[in-house]
Amino acid sequence: MHQPIHELTDAYRRGDLTPSAVAEDYLSRIGALDGKVGAYLTVVREQALTAARESDLRWRAGSPRGPLDGAPIALKDVMCTAGVRTTAGSKMLERFVPPYNATTVERLRAAGAVILGKTNLDEFAMGSSTEHSAFHPTRNPWDLARVPGGSSGGSAAAVAGGLAAGAYGSDTGGSIRQPAAFCGVVGLKPTYGRVSRYGLIALASSLDQIGPFAQDVTDTAILLGAVAGHDRRDATSIQAPVPDYAAELSKGVAGLTLGLPDEYFIDGMDPDVERAVRQAIDVLKGLGARIERVALPTTRHSLAAYYVILPAEASSNLARYDGVKFGLRVAGRDLVEMESRSRSAGFGAEVKRRIMLGTYALSAGYYDAYYGKAQSVRTLVRREFAAAFARVDLIVAPTTPNVAFKHGEKEDPLSMYLNDVFTIPGNLSGIPGISVPCGFSATGLPIGLQVLGRPLDEARVLRAAYAYEQATTWRSRRPELA
Amino acid sequence: MIDRKDVEHVARLTRLALTEPELERMRVELNSILAHLDTLRAVPTEGIEPTSHAVDIVNVMREDEVEPCLPQDAALANAPDPSGDFFRVPRIIEE
Repeated sequence: MHQPIHELTDAYRRGDLTPSAVAEDYLSRIGALDGKVGAYLTVVREQALTAARESDLRWRAGSPRGPLDGAPIALKDVMCTAGVRTTAGSKMLERFVPPYNATTVERLRAAGAVILGKTNLDEFAMGSSTEHSAFHPTRNPWDLARVPGGSSGGSAAAVAGGLAAGAYGSDTGGSIRQPAAFCGVVGLKPTYGRVSRYGLIALASSLDQIGPFAQDVTDTAILLGAVAGHDRRDATSIQAPVPDYAAELSKGVAGLTLGLPDEYFIDGMDPDVERAVRQAIDVLKGLGARIERVALPTTRHSLAAYYVILPAEASSNLARYDGVKFGLRVAGRDLVEMESRSRSAGFGAEVKRRIMLGTYALSAGYYDAYYGKAQSVRTLVRREFAAAFARVDLIVAPTTPNVAFKHGEKEDPLSMYLNDVFTIPGNLSGIPGISVPCGFSATGLPIGLQVLGRPLDEARVLRAAYAYEQATTWRSRRPELA
Repeated sequence: MIDRKDVEHVARLTRLALTEPELERMRVELNSILAHLDTLRAVPTEGIEPTSHAVDIVNVMREDEVEPCLPQDAALANAPDPSGDFFRVPRIIEE
């Protein structure tokens, strides 16, 4: 039953499988194996089985709601689920039960999806390893001594480990694409504004974007299509029609020009990663794509610009956790003491670090030197992508410089930040990007190929990823958990 | 370089009550991160306008009509210390 969603729904249609049998199977697998992986923070067994039984009836009546009806999926625990606790991986929200659904959740429920539970993450999505959840770390199904990446590590590990058929995460600087690469699954960050952020617990509002994790590119297209589109409750959501992503997948890459940026092959990167990515580019060439070198020189300053913008926005977004309306409260003699004690007890070390950094960068006397400067660098990053996309259709690059690292290996914050060096520019410029499995290191760990596209050109990004996937056999290899 | 006084000042602004070891660790880590962020100074950005977000949307307007909103009991359900129809906080104003 651990097959892509499009195969599950084919089996529902034929009557070979039912959504409740599949949901039962996933729930028992979670019960048996998630103790090892730690992908989930909350499993909603009864709700999932109820939703699955309703889906059974629709399939039996021959009137499913669409390609996600009866699909067992998981949600990163930053998407508000009415009546189901939503923690953001933080003690601050340990007992927070949202009174409403995120738009994504609403759309998934309407599409008949079976939500299995909420997945683990680095606290408030700040991190690249899912070691820094306030509850427990998540482990990589390919090697339990290693991290699954982050911050959406629970969602990536769930899909890789056969603990969900598909999942959603959020990507602010690589938090979908990097764990997808580390866990050997497909992960897509859509164009900023393509998917509503309503009900997504905010990290950095100008960068955050919800997107899917999947076992293959076809499912990725289906999972994107189900949640994309304008939402009046998110003022930054884009009013553009949503194409039928799945219908465009098989158009191939013949005649497309792919840009290859020198800046994404750097000193210190894992030679296995470089080799796998260059071989993947040869495969695409063999399928009829033209390869052209492009220059993205500001790439090397993207990390610094990001680590000004993200903490600045996060420090402002997280000011709401003050122990008054929701979240943790620790008593104090007066308001300031109560707020300070609540925040100190509720937030972990990395969250405090970024709040401090962001507040400093925005404080009197430093605003222009840090925040203003970073915003101008962001303009340069956007312009360079725009200039490249005037000549090429897509950009191909590694998703990460390295494969999954060991738990506890990156204690220094800056070395952790360096993990996102190839994914951050996509967030700064708002463009869509996918990570698709493109091989394994000598140590047997997955490697991701990143494909970046023009704003709102997810269809072409998916098309190239699909062409590559169909020409290779990486997806047939799965981690052994049992 | 930022010193202990800067760290204490920022901690007050952010409403974080940091312990002595936390303050010292924060000073060291923030200096190390800021040293990296200072590499931005080398980027020529004269006359480059800032980008605050990546979509070309300026203002989004709608009719000013009353719509259903969260019921009061739902809004209060997560409050750490609700009192009747209110969120209760420690005393702010002296008697």
